[in-house]
Amino acid sequence: MHISRSIEILVGFFVAIGFVAMFFLSMEVSNLSSSNGNGGYDITANFENIGSLKVRAPVAMAGVNIGRVKAIDFDPESFEAVVTMKIEAKYNQLPSDSNASILTAGLLGEQFVGLEPGGEDEVLVDGSELELTQSALVLEQIIGQFLFSSDSEEE
Amino acid sequence: MLNYLQRLGATSLSMFERLGRGSVFFINILLSIPSVIVRPRLLIAQMYSVGVLSFSLIIISGLFVGMVLALQGFYTLSDFGAEGMLGVMVAASLIRELGPVVTALLFAGRAGSALTAEIGLMKATEQLSGMEMMAVDPVKRIMAPRFLAGLISMPILATLFSAVGILGGYFIGVGLLGIDEGGFWSQMQAKIDFDEDVINGLIKSVVFGWVVTWIAIFEGYDAIPTSEGVGRATTRTVVHSAFAILLLDFILTALMFGDI
Repeated sequence: MHISRSIEILVGFFVAIGFVAMFFLSMEVSNLSSSNGNGGYDITANFENIGSLKVRAPVAMAGVNIGRVKAIDFDPESFEAVVTMKIEAKYNQLPSDSNASILTAGLLGEQFVGLEPGGEDEVLVDGSELELTQSALVLEQIIGQFLFSSDSEEE
Repeated sequence: MLNYLQRLGATSLSMFERLGRGSVFFINILLSIPSVIVRPRLLIAQMYSVGVLSFSLIIISGLFVGMVLALQGFYTLSDFGAEGMLGVMVAASLIRELGPVVTALLFAGRAGSALTAEIGLMKATEQLSGMEMMAVDPVKRIMAPRFLAGLISMPILATLFSAVGILGGYFIGVGLLGIDEGGFWSQMQAKIDFDEDVINGLIKSVVFGWVVTWIAIFEGYDAIPTSEGVGRATTRTVVHSAFAILLLDFILTALMFGDI
């Protein structure tokens, strides 16, 4: 079977533009360029209540995204949630006594982990655990406490 | 009463028989794929007729689907003051669902029907028997290159569809509706995950490429060798492909995104 040169060129162009589209989807549209795969280190923190925190939620310090939540597990002994976070490798000078709290972006936004720097000279390394944590604010509990305390004041 | 039961039994039996023949045929094609890799020229010729000729259809459809998504999404999102999420909405729906599914439906109509008609006509004009007489295996020479071409072309076309659709959404969202350009892209990058969204969309398109090409080639090979039979086989290709795509899409979506 005879195939003309122009058909081969067209097929080559077709495959090449497919790769360009794939490159566009992975670099411009998805998070592949920012998440740089295996770079970074893992730290963990135990929370009493994580609210509706999800895997892949952002981890922010001073409002800047410095990592992502990698995994959320349940510790059957302390009955606490164990949140594993992957921090990007370039942020390797965070003090080891930093504290973590679960915050909400806006009134109805998604939840994320906010880190606040401590004062220690030692820095967080792979496998470090954050000792100071603050649970998520659960709206129903706050309303419940508010109703309960206003009832007791009246009596 | 018994007659109805008998007809039901006969229909189911012939359906299973076709399914069985289709599977045996598919295994034969799989076994013949090495002989295509040795002769890539056969594959290139089929890539042209299956992939390159569907190119303009996919580009134009993708562009318009992306633009419509942006217009309709803006209408709903602006009620919540969340216009900045338009890029996420367009990109997620294209990459996860519309890219693979609409491309596969168009692919079944454009390339699948052509494959069935071509192979059916080869059978009707006894070209396939002629090849067998010359000790050329038609599965190796005709079917396997077409199958492989469909399997390779479909993910490329689906990726193109999504990419062009996102660009179409960008033109409408940023150009016409005046959404902030930085927010459009940065929100998209923050929300679209490479493994979760892009790779899963790619897996979908490969599965659809496999099922559409398989149905198209088998219907052609199995067609009654008359002009009416080829016509019916071509119709069946498009109808069965559409069913298979939508059913598989549901199953794949439930497996990939069901636990979120």
